[in-house]
Amino acid sequence: MALCRPEVICAYPISPQTHIIEALSEFVKRGALAPCEFVNAESEFAAMSVAIGASAAGARAFTATASQGLLFMMEAVYNASGLGFPVVMTLANRAVGAPINIWNDHSDAMAARDAGWVQLFAQSVQEAADLHLQAFRLAEELSGPVMVCMDGFVLTHATERVDLPSQQAVDAFLPPYEPRQVLDPDAPYSIGAMVGPEAFEEVRYLAHARQLAAVERIAEIGSEFAEAFGRDSGGLVHSYRSADAEVVVVAMGSVLGTIKEVVDAQRAGGARIGALGVTSFRPFPLDAVRQALGGARRVVVLEKSVSVGFGGVLSTDVALALNGLAVPVSTVVAGLGGRPITESALRSVLEAAQGGRLEKLTFLDLKHELVARELERMAARRRSGPSAENMLRDLGIVGAGG
Amino acid sequence: MFEVRFHGRGGQGAVTAADLLALAAFEEGRFAQSFPSFGSERTGAPVVSFCRLADREIRTREPVVTPDCVIVLDPTLVHQVDLLAGLGPDGYLVINTSRTLEQLGLASVGAVLRPERALTVPATDVALRHLGRALPNAAILGAFAALTAQVSLDAVRQAVRERFGRNAELAQRNSAAAAELFDTTVRALSGGRAMLGAPTA
Repeated sequence: MALCRPEVICAYPISPQTHIIEALSEFVKRGALAPCEFVNAESEFAAMSVAIGASAAGARAFTATASQGLLFMMEAVYNASGLGFPVVMTLANRAVGAPINIWNDHSDAMAARDAGWVQLFAQSVQEAADLHLQAFRLAEELSGPVMVCMDGFVLTHATERVDLPSQQAVDAFLPPYEPRQVLDPDAPYSIGAMVGPEAFEEVRYLAHARQLAAVERIAEIGSEFAEAFGRDSGGLVHSYRSADAEVVVVAMGSVLGTIKEVVDAQRAGGARIGALGVTSFRPFPLDAVRQALGGARRVVVLEKSVSVGFGGVLSTDVALALNGLAVPVSTVVAGLGGRPITESALRSVLEAAQGGRLEKLTFLDLKHELVARELERMAARRRSGPSAENMLRDLGIVGAGG
Repeated sequence: MFEVRFHGRGGQGAVTAADLLALAAFEEGRFAQSFPSFGSERTGAPVVSFCRLADREIRTREPVVTPDCVIVLDPTLVHQVDLLAGLGPDGYLVINTSRTLEQLGLASVGAVLRPERALTVPATDVALRHLGRALPNAAILGAFAALTAQVSLDAVRQAVRERFGRNAELAQRNSAAAAELFDTTVRALSGGRAMLGAPTA
C-alpha cells in the first residue's frame, strides 16, 4: 500500500483490519509517506466520507474496513461509486453478525455486491499486495472505487514470503492521480446534486457501462502488471488444471490454495479435476467464466457466503455464465464464520461431485445433530430461547449464558 | 513440509512465536507460512497459531491438523486442550515449564512419542532472566532449533533482530535468551537426557 503513494489514509479500526491501518499510521507518522495525511476517523461512515472528500479534492485516498464496519459505512460506500470517486479500500473479509463473529467469510463483500464498486479477491498475501497496485491504476482510470478483498486472519494475519517491487517500478506502473473531477475554489462547481427521474437512470447506466469497461481493463492491466513485475496476479479469472477437467471447482480468495493441493492429489490418482479462481467478482466476467468452464461436465461453486432463503451468491453468477450449456452447477457453502475448510472435507466434496452424488446445495461440515437438537427444542415449546446460545450450551462452550 | 502448532494464552506471544519461526525460515531461503487460528485479543484466552516450513511454495490454508511439532507456551493448558491432537509417533513436543513431563502428569507421552523428542524447557525462567518479562517465545524457538534442526540458531537470532529491530536492546535480550535455551537443549540431548525439566543453572 505504501508503495502506491497514498495522499490521504482515513480509517476506523476493526478486526481483522486494525494492524493494516496501524502500520500505515506509523508510516505516516515517521514521514515515510510524506505528504500523506492520516485521519483516524470516528467511525467507518466518517472514514469513507473523508475518503470521498479527499478524492474530490484531488488526493489519492485509501481506507480499509471489515464486516460490520463496511455495513456501517454503506451509505457512503454507495456515494463513492455514485459520485465516481476512485477510492481504494481493503476489505479484510469477515463474517457479518448477528451472531457477532470476528472470523473470516465473504458475507461482508457480498453485502456490497451491488454498490457499484469493483471487487477483486486475493488468493494470497502476494496477490493482495499486487492487487492494490492494480486497484489504484484501475480506479483512477475509470474514476470509480475499487475494493480489494483479502480473507480476514487467513491472509491478513499470515506471515509469508512477499516480493515487494521497487518504488521506481511502482511509479512507472502507477502514474500520479489525475482527477476527472476536482473541487477547486478558483473554479467552483458542485458535486452531488439531487438528480430526479430525468437523469438518474442515465447516471446508473453510466456506472454500469464503466463496470463493463472495467472487464476489459482489469484483464489488460493484469497483463501489463504481469509483464512489468513477472507475476500473473491480476486479471479476471485464473484457471488451474481445468483444460481437460470433468469437474471444476470455482471459488474466490485464499481457499483456492487449499483447493489446488487437493486437485493435485486427486489428479495424481487419475481424477480429471481442476479449479477456477474468480479474481474479479464485480464486474463479473461472464464470458471469461463461460470460456473457462464450458468444457466441464460438472461445476462445483465453493463459496464463503450464503444468500439466506436462496443459496449461493457466486453460484448464481456462475450458473448465468453457463446459461444454455448442459453443465450442472452445485453450490457448497463453506467456511462460514471462520470454520476451517480442510483438505479432507474438500476431497469428500470432489469425490461426491465426480460420482454425481453432490446435491444442488450443501453446507460443508454442517453439524447436523446440533441443528436437529435446536429444531427439536423449537418444535417442543414456544419459548425455546435464542438459537445461537442454545447451541453453544449444547457444545459445552462456557459463557453461553442462560 | 514441516508443520508446527503453537499453544499459548493471549499475551504470551504464541502468534509472534509462529511469525518469528516463519521469519527464521525466510532467513535461510526457505518458504514458510504462519497464521493464528483466531484473532481473539483477550489476554489469557487460549490461543493457537501455526507455522509451516517448506522448500517450495505453500498453498494450503487449512489449519495445521497433523503437526510435526507442538510447542506449548503455557503449561496450564496441558490438561485443558488436546495438545497431542494429530501429532504422529515421530512428532516433537516442546512444553514451556520448569517441571518434568511426569510432574505435569504427562508421563504417558513417553509411550506415544519418541522419548528424545518430548521436551520440557524452562523458557519463561530464561526469558525472565534475560528480559525481565515472561515472554518465552524467542527462547523456546532456541529449543525448537536445537531439537528439530528445522532452522538454525543464527536464523532464529536474525529473525528476532528483524522483528524487534527498532528496539535493539530488546532484540539483543531475546536473542540471548534463544541462544541460552538452544545450548541447554543441545547439552541435554547429547547427554542422553530424554526429557529436560530442571531449571538451567
